[in-house]
Amino acid sequence: MNIRYEETQGRSLGFYALISGLGILILAALGAVYYMEHHGHYVTGMSNRIVWGIPHVFALFLIVAASGALNVASIASVFHKKMYKPLSRLSGLVALALLAGGLMVLVLDLGRPDRLIIAMTEYNFKSIFAWNIILYNGFFVIVAVYLWMMFERRMNKFSSKAGLVAFSWRLILTTGTGSIFGFLVARQAYDAVIMAPMFIIMSFAFGLAFFILILMASYKWTERPLGDAVVDRLGNLLGVFVAAVMYFVVVKHLGSLYLAENAGVENFILFDGGVYTQLFWYGQIILGSLIPMALIYHPALKSNRSTLGLASLLVLIGGVIQLYIIIIGGQAYPLEMFPGKEILEGYGGIATYTPSLPETILGVGGIAVALIAITFLVKILPFLPESLANEVADPHHKG
Amino acid sequence: MSKTLNRRDFIKTSSATTVGVATIASGITLTTFAANTSDNPVTSEKRWGMLIDTNKLTEANIDGMVSACQQENGWGSEVHSTGDQKPTWVKKLKVQDKATGKITSLPLMCQHCEEPPCVDVCPTNASMKREDGIVLVDKHLCIGCRYCMMACPYDARSFVHEELTDQREHMPRGKGTVESCTLCVHKVDNNETPACVASVNSDAVIFGDLYDANSNINQTLKKVQSAQIRADLDLNTGVRYSGI
Repeated sequence: MNIRYEETQGRSLGFYALISGLGILILAALGAVYYMEHHGHYVTGMSNRIVWGIPHVFALFLIVAASGALNVASIASVFHKKMYKPLSRLSGLVALALLAGGLMVLVLDLGRPDRLIIAMTEYNFKSIFAWNIILYNGFFVIVAVYLWMMFERRMNKFSSKAGLVAFSWRLILTTGTGSIFGFLVARQAYDAVIMAPMFIIMSFAFGLAFFILILMASYKWTERPLGDAVVDRLGNLLGVFVAAVMYFVVVKHLGSLYLAENAGVENFILFDGGVYTQLFWYGQIILGSLIPMALIYHPALKSNRSTLGLASLLVLIGGVIQLYIIIIGGQAYPLEMFPGKEILEGYGGIATYTPSLPETILGVGGIAVALIAITFLVKILPFLPESLANEVADPHHKG
Repeated sequence: MSKTLNRRDFIKTSSATTVGVATIASGITLTTFAANTSDNPVTSEKRWGMLIDTNKLTEANIDGMVSACQQENGWGSEVHSTGDQKPTWVKKLKVQDKATGKITSLPLMCQHCEEPPCVDVCPTNASMKREDGIVLVDKHLCIGCRYCMMACPYDARSFVHEELTDQREHMPRGKGTVESCTLCVHKVDNNETPACVASVNSDAVIFGDLYDANSNINQTLKKVQSAQIRADLDLNTGVRYSGI
């Protein structure tokens, strides 16, 4: 059956309420940026010990999720799963929007955001940040071309090749994001190549969770049919991805514990790190992984949209917490500067960090930018199929 | 001129202009850190270094080094930054051996690595190493991403968290950029020793050219036991310690 795509009407009260709400969040974020840039970073919770704070947590969360959101399209074009094909356009859009939101936060937290042009023109090719600038810009171009090939009937025949390029690019991109940490030789919390594949699998989970929420919300709010065939399939996949993230987390911590040099920081995160330990066990593991998996796989909750939505939301909250532990927790623990010696004075101890309101608002603003972009673009261009009912999405579905 | 400008001519002219402007512009940037005597260009024939003997150095010496650096480079009088937000180009550390209980005090600053992780990670080449081994931040290129601070194994770099006033003429600093010990490059280029070294009136801290076989630092390093902090990272630091 041919899939028909259609713009959303975007005239309802709900649409305007959504746009206004997101607009207020974005304005607040811009105000926060003005405040922080005007005064300097002393008005934030960041310091010379915690050099990357909550803005980086949100920025990297969104960037990681962006590359993962493209997976839905890749499953269709690279792995030829027909049922995902009608979802491909939205998948590309969510990927671009999340990346834009994440980059906005990243750039606006720079000490000198006015010098962005330098970052675009001066490259140190040994720097993973410099690679990432190229990878992010390339992602925009490649996914935009990919979307064009999906939209333009004459170009449809190339869309699967473009999808392959986009899929490869996104794997490299997330490798680059994970390697920001993985290649930091000086820091016991990071120096591990497993960071790159772990970030890739994290992107699968976070990206899909965003996608599921956006898909379900847009079909509910536009009153278009969305069958269980699609939703159940996506939900199951989310469960698999969440389990895979947990596997990588276990391997990362076990591997790290094996090195005596890392015992201190591992004990800190896993056992005696106060707020970081609590965030790890209660936030990342229980709230962000085990409960979502229970919600997805419990037989009594099969095809239950509300619990799947809740599970997706918890995966996202768990994701923010996971990045908080990696980024903030990893910096809070002091560098192992003198092996065999204890530093009594002058350095050391656990660095304290309390996110200030403006930097938190900036982070949340990144999510708002992504969502407002999606809300507008589905109104302007036909991203969403007019129906994803079971018989449309999967003719062989047995309800 | 009767000839109209065709496309090829335009490209020729404009690229020549671009190259010209770029050359001049890069010259302007470079003057900040260039050796001041034109007949003494910075070369890799020298490698500036420092040897710190912690057995000879008193705690008062180290405090003196810190204030000499503050005085010379104008950091430490920030009004808004609190706690870990304050810049620290050099700090006094007290470390205790876990087995013997021996306590050692030492000054810690940028170690001026031969393979500096901060230079590797800097996206814009703002973090850089001069030919003579001095590691610096080009304040014109620094975008304030703080990746170098994540990469530095010595916690040697500071981010300027507030607007600064009353700066030293020879040491421009700026809100939103990263800074660290410059080995008093402005003095070294004038054949003087760094302020912290000059403040210690003994041979507890020796500054000089590590490559020069006749230099005090080279000869002393041949005689005494010395160590690099985090030698396992193989960064080949320019700052060496004996007694730790």
